[in-house]
Amino acid sequence: MAATDIARQVGEGCRTVPLAGHVGFDSLPDQLVNKSVSQGFCFNILCVGETGLGKSTLMDTLFNTKFEGEPATHTQPGVQLRSNTYDLQESNVGLKLTIVSTVGFGDQINKEDSYKPIVEFIDAQFEAYLQEELKIRRVLHSYHDSRIHACLYFIAPTGHSLKSLDLVTMKKLDSKVNIIPIIAKSDAISKSELTKFKIKITSELVSNGVQIYQFPTDDESVAEINGTMNAHLPFAVIGSTEELKIGNKMMKARQYPWGTVQVENEAHCDFVKLREMLIRVNMEDLREQTHSRHYELYRRCKLEEMGFKDTDPDSKPFSLQETYEAKRNEFLGELQKKEEEMRQMFVQRVKEKEAELKEAEKELHEKFDRLKKLHQDEKKKLEDKKKCLDDEVNAFKQRKTAAELLQSQGSQAGGSQTLKRDKEKKNNPWLCTE
Amino acid sequence: MFCFPAMGHRHCCALGPMDPMRRSPSPCPSRPSSPRTPPCEMLGYVGIEAVLDQLKIKAMKMGFEFNIMVVGQSGLGKSTMVNTLFKSKMWKSTVQGLGTPTPQTLKLQSVTHVIEEKGVKLKLTVTDTPGFGDQINNDKCWDPILGYISEQYERYLQEEILITRQRHIPDTRVHCCIYFVPPTGHCLRPLDIEFLQRLCRTVNVVPVIARADSLTIEERETFRRRIQHNLRTHCIEVYPQKCFDEDINDRILNSKIRDRIPFAVVGADREHLVNGRCVLGRKTKWGIIEVENLAHCEFPLLRDLLIRSHLQDLKDITHNVHYENYRVCRLNESHLLPRGPGWVNLAQTPAGPLATPQPSKVHQQAQEDSEDGDEY
Repeated sequence: MAATDIARQVGEGCRTVPLAGHVGFDSLPDQLVNKSVSQGFCFNILCVGETGLGKSTLMDTLFNTKFEGEPATHTQPGVQLRSNTYDLQESNVGLKLTIVSTVGFGDQINKEDSYKPIVEFIDAQFEAYLQEELKIRRVLHSYHDSRIHACLYFIAPTGHSLKSLDLVTMKKLDSKVNIIPIIAKSDAISKSELTKFKIKITSELVSNGVQIYQFPTDDESVAEINGTMNAHLPFAVIGSTEELKIGNKMMKARQYPWGTVQVENEAHCDFVKLREMLIRVNMEDLREQTHSRHYELYRRCKLEEMGFKDTDPDSKPFSLQETYEAKRNEFLGELQKKEEEMRQMFVQRVKEKEAELKEAEKELHEKFDRLKKLHQDEKKKLEDKKKCLDDEVNAFKQRKTAAELLQSQGSQAGGSQTLKRDKEKKNNPWLCTE
Repeated sequence: MFCFPAMGHRHCCALGPMDPMRRSPSPCPSRPSSPRTPPCEMLGYVGIEAVLDQLKIKAMKMGFEFNIMVVGQSGLGKSTMVNTLFKSKMWKSTVQGLGTPTPQTLKLQSVTHVIEEKGVKLKLTVTDTPGFGDQINNDKCWDPILGYISEQYERYLQEEILITRQRHIPDTRVHCCIYFVPPTGHCLRPLDIEFLQRLCRTVNVVPVIARADSLTIEERETFRRRIQHNLRTHCIEVYPQKCFDEDINDRILNSKIRDRIPFAVVGADREHLVNGRCVLGRKTKWGIIEVENLAHCEFPLLRDLLIRSHLQDLKDITHNVHYENYRVCRLNESHLLPRGPGWVNLAQTPAGPLATPQPSKVHQQAQEDSEDGDEY
């Protein structure tokens, strides 16, 4: 068979060749975009925050629509996650938006385990994707990606600092998802308090080592805007779906007796910044970070946990497949061993029981024998006695017959004597034995 | 603004038995496994379509990759065609000098260049196959080529299953294979048919009639029809494959293309002056054949298909269909050495991947024993 001899002139510094005319591959980005448009996009947002901080309202405001759902009560026994998927369409772009919301977060008395359902949910999405990726026959290109791309963490507008629940939850989530902290219902804080609050929050996050999502600054076109926005984190937002007439325009706003807060006014709150960053500038980057950083980390940990590793340079391919087979054999071997053990234990128990029963049987037999012997002894004794008695009776009978014989002889000879004697006996009242 | 349910996606391929000859990609409608999605009406502009720009920026930053392979007998103008396609000197047109011996074995040669146009960077890899079909006995001359293609899939697969894998796996898989049919004017030769049958299962193949300037327009048409008939008779599915048409627009567009395949092309890398314009062409005593003139040859169609409209599609089909097929096969039979027609014993490749461990040797032994047993 002819050997393949590939002379590659490739390297890190590939030769750049000048073009002598218009080739036409500058349409490549457009081709790519068209393909993506026909496939549709999907984006998954997770909203973590205490009940009543305005998560659903903010989602409604962000996406300019009314998503269905009733407000949650405060009486949930544990933290649950509620997930809804919607199809949005804008010009020719279709977006499959999934919004996951925590229900009952921060409502319990003991909040130690509040973060667990959230972490489990995120891990479950990664797991589902990993399972699909590891399948032999897979359909990755049409797989509905349910991994969480962005996590909006709602901070209560106390004005002081982060709550310990917030810190703990964010620390647990920062390696699994892109966290964007926002201050909810920020119309309750004045401007000066807000700046202090933001500084306090950022310093607390830094000192606790929480990695929040930084907007990317490596691409020149967006570096500037992302850089400035990074400095405004966490965003102080207000959500409202009511429209009020301000001036001569209808705007989303909240009306108070002392004034009206306009949602889309940058002087009033950071809502516009959030929308810019989340949707208009960095949506693709959020998705890419989720896939290339968080998902890869999860995948690596999971595979290492399962016992797979990349073997050394001159190694076999499909260490996955072979390790899997080896593990499978190992597992089967273990199963067999266990089965053997159980069987042996069973046999042993049976033996023991058998021995016990035998013992009991033996005892019974002995007892029976003893009783029998006793019985025989008794019988013998009785028979002896009977024999004795019989002997005596016989002896007595003999004596009786002998005596009668003697008497009959004597009566013939001295019959009268006996008669007399009998008469005397008869007359003598004292000798009568009648 | 209203909403529609999420649109259909690229069809996936259901696999039959392992024999590469008999594998036929059957279309299966792929529904995305997404939850029930209620339609939502948006009351104002949100800015979701900005994601398209974000995508574009990212793509331009990362650059694109494209790997193309040209297969055909020597002297059909493969290197010239590549130079013409990408309007640059990819490599010197090979001319068999008087002193150089004809290559005894098929040696594949790859060249990689980075070309840039209007900010779009393209890393282009061209693989040439000098010596294909040149020997007296051309039996199994397709094996090195199929082996090369499989090796690229293998490389990608190995990268993909690493625990710690790179952010962007370098894609060396062959996205498109241009097959040069010599302009005999009759029909496809047995070598062509054999090769195309095997190749179409693993890679996108675009057959072209090479050196079409030796055929008149009518001869070209009859030749083309005959080739199309041959392809249909032998169930060879060339690109664009009918079963991967997504929707009605695709089908219409692709039907037009399928009607003209194989394109009759002429390659040229010299410029001549025609009517005051500088055009690429071949100069002969009886006229100048303009390469980019649709009346003269169909090179513009080929170029448009490959580069301007279907490049991304070629890459997608390679990734979603051919690579997945390879992966399924490989994962299913990873405990056996690849055997059968069209497969090459990859044990000697530089990557050295197939040092079989103990258990699979046992398997192999068992299989050989059973095979021996079956011969009685």
